[in-house]
Amino acid sequence: MTQLLHEFEPAEEMERELIEKVSIVVSKGSLEGIYPALIMANGARMEGIEADLFFTFFGLDALRKDRQAKIKVATVGNPGMHMPTLLGAIPGMSWLATKMMARQMESLDIPPIGEFLEMIHDSGGGIYACHATVEMFGLTEDDFVPEVDGILTVGEFYDRSAGAQIIFT
Amino acid sequence: MTMTEIAGVAVERDAEGFLVYPEDWNRVLAEDIARENGIPELTPRHWQVVEFMRERYLETGTAPSIRSLGKESGVPIKELYQLFPKGPAKLAAKIGGIPKPRGCI
Repeated sequence: MTQLLHEFEPAEEMERELIEKVSIVVSKGSLEGIYPALIMANGARMEGIEADLFFTFFGLDALRKDRQAKIKVATVGNPGMHMPTLLGAIPGMSWLATKMMARQMESLDIPPIGEFLEMIHDSGGGIYACHATVEMFGLTEDDFVPEVDGILTVGEFYDRSAGAQIIFT
Repeated sequence: MTMTEIAGVAVERDAEGFLVYPEDWNRVLAEDIARENGIPELTPRHWQVVEFMRERYLETGTAPSIRSLGKESGVPIKELYQLFPKGPAKLAAKIGGIPKPRGCI
């Protein structure tokens, strides 16, 4: 086995294949579900990598005019918070945790979701809503912030993603 | 780290082509690094970004984020990407002779 592994070791001088395009699917509507995708998309553009964001299910909240500013950290069912479930369920707890995190992020120059989407849009990143979810929630284009480039079916999403690394969050 | 000769002067650069010593930098060198990175000519708008990056780095010790670059350099984000399609912060830092920005934003 050792021998086999050794045989397949790539030659050192082999050129590293660089990522040229990413398509990131955002399926969760919590703050911690949305931010990593935005950071990765913006980070891709900063490296000259093409980037598309595809929002589906509750991830779509990030694009909704009526919900974008209300996105919160999950304080219940989130072991990462290191908070007893019943404590996390106290009214206002999620608001407080979000407030604290927002302050921390601002100090690190991480923008609020609306501004972040605008930055990604201006940097040439694509922002798309999932057609099936839009229908399921009974939404129309008017429900979305102006940075949205379009509503795509799954097929159209795959078509746009040709040659890209697809990342599901 | 390697020594390369650009604009007739030997300067030390890291594996990605960033200057190791910001004090080695000059404007002729900047034009050369720009050409190396697919920007045939630095326009006044390019210079505005490059100088902002460099000054901010020399003042604070860190390069500005793309967010503050867009807000404070006087060149909006959309134009930043038109000027430096392969990544404005990274390229402007390289052309400005300062280390590669380490931030994620």
